[in-house]
Amino acid sequence: MHLAQLNVAHLIAPIDAPELADFVAALEPIYAVSDSAPGFVWRMMESDDPTEVITHQYGDDLLVNVSVWESREALWNFVYRSAHLEILRRRREWFVRTAVPYTLMWWVPEGHTPTLGEAMERLALIRAQGPGPEAFTFKEFYEPGASAASPPIAGVPH
Amino acid sequence: MLADPVRRELYRFVAAQGRDVGRNEAAEAIGVQRTLAAFHLDKLVEAGLLEADFRRLNDRTGPGSGRPAKVYRRGGPERMVSLPPRDYRTLALVLAEVVDQLDGDEQAEKAARRTGERLAAASHETGLTDVLVERGYEPYEEEGRIRLRNCPFHVLAETHPVLVCSMNLAMCEGMLRGLGEDRIAAALDPRPGECCVAFIAKDVSE
Repeated sequence: MHLAQLNVAHLIAPIDAPELADFVAALEPIYAVSDSAPGFVWRMMESDDPTEVITHQYGDDLLVNVSVWESREALWNFVYRSAHLEILRRRREWFVRTAVPYTLMWWVPEGHTPTLGEAMERLALIRAQGPGPEAFTFKEFYEPGASAASPPIAGVPH
Repeated sequence: MLADPVRRELYRFVAAQGRDVGRNEAAEAIGVQRTLAAFHLDKLVEAGLLEADFRRLNDRTGPGSGRPAKVYRRGGPERMVSLPPRDYRTLALVLAEVVDQLDGDEQAEKAARRTGERLAAASHETGLTDVLVERGYEPYEEEGRIRLRNCPFHVLAETHPVLVCSMNLAMCEGMLRGLGEDRIAAALDPRPGECCVAFIAKDVSE
């Protein structure tokens, strides 16, 4: 099984606004990191131009990323142990703060390419019911086929 | 366990290499006999402070290449000793949770920057790497930057990576300020298995 991932972010201004210039400038180098990262399988693209964000029916201010990875570790190392971490650190300069989940994962058969509709259904699910086997997070992670979340790392409660 | 000076030196040496170390290399580095080094290294493995493995230390393979050598590296789990028992880790986890809920990253980073500044100013050490050693970061040089082999906040960095790494960067920036070091900048440069911060000499033309 492969690990599919969706994250969404509400932009504080239109994507071509000056407030987002640093963010847009970071897109190409960050995608270069993800696409060559160990364990990277696939990501949804609007076109070959990395600064062209995915267009969809869920609102113009909503930025979406969908990708597929070989394992939890591969995705973790890209999200938190690469140049991508700097984007997360500066997220409040570019994205509206949200109290609801904005990122989630789920398992897909190898070779399956998730659609945005499928990913957004999982987002609705985690927002309605919290993490479960069909839509989960790093903090409450479900191995393939597991009905309960993985035990937390030593001594660390969820 | 680490009361014996030879054993302590061996542990320090292996941990500082950040890779597998053979018995000969460790013995030579500490200046003791190979058999004595082997004895202490195996004691450290028994105690879980080091991990052992078998590996060929040369490139030869197949018949005649010799049997694999025993190699050592630092063990994964962390040890904390506190007498009487204290549990700052659980408290730190609770506080990290609170910072997230209050959306208090910015305040947390400011507090971390102030703390770093105070720590560096209060230290007897005056050089950046010496202060980093003192704080447990295990600095080493690579391609003109100072990188950090150990994350002193590892468990929290696993549960709250963005908050903890941002605070750590701020603390490192504070340390630079506390030392009056304005020729070096701290930046996030994470990689698997290491601390997220690196130090880079500032471009003097700026």
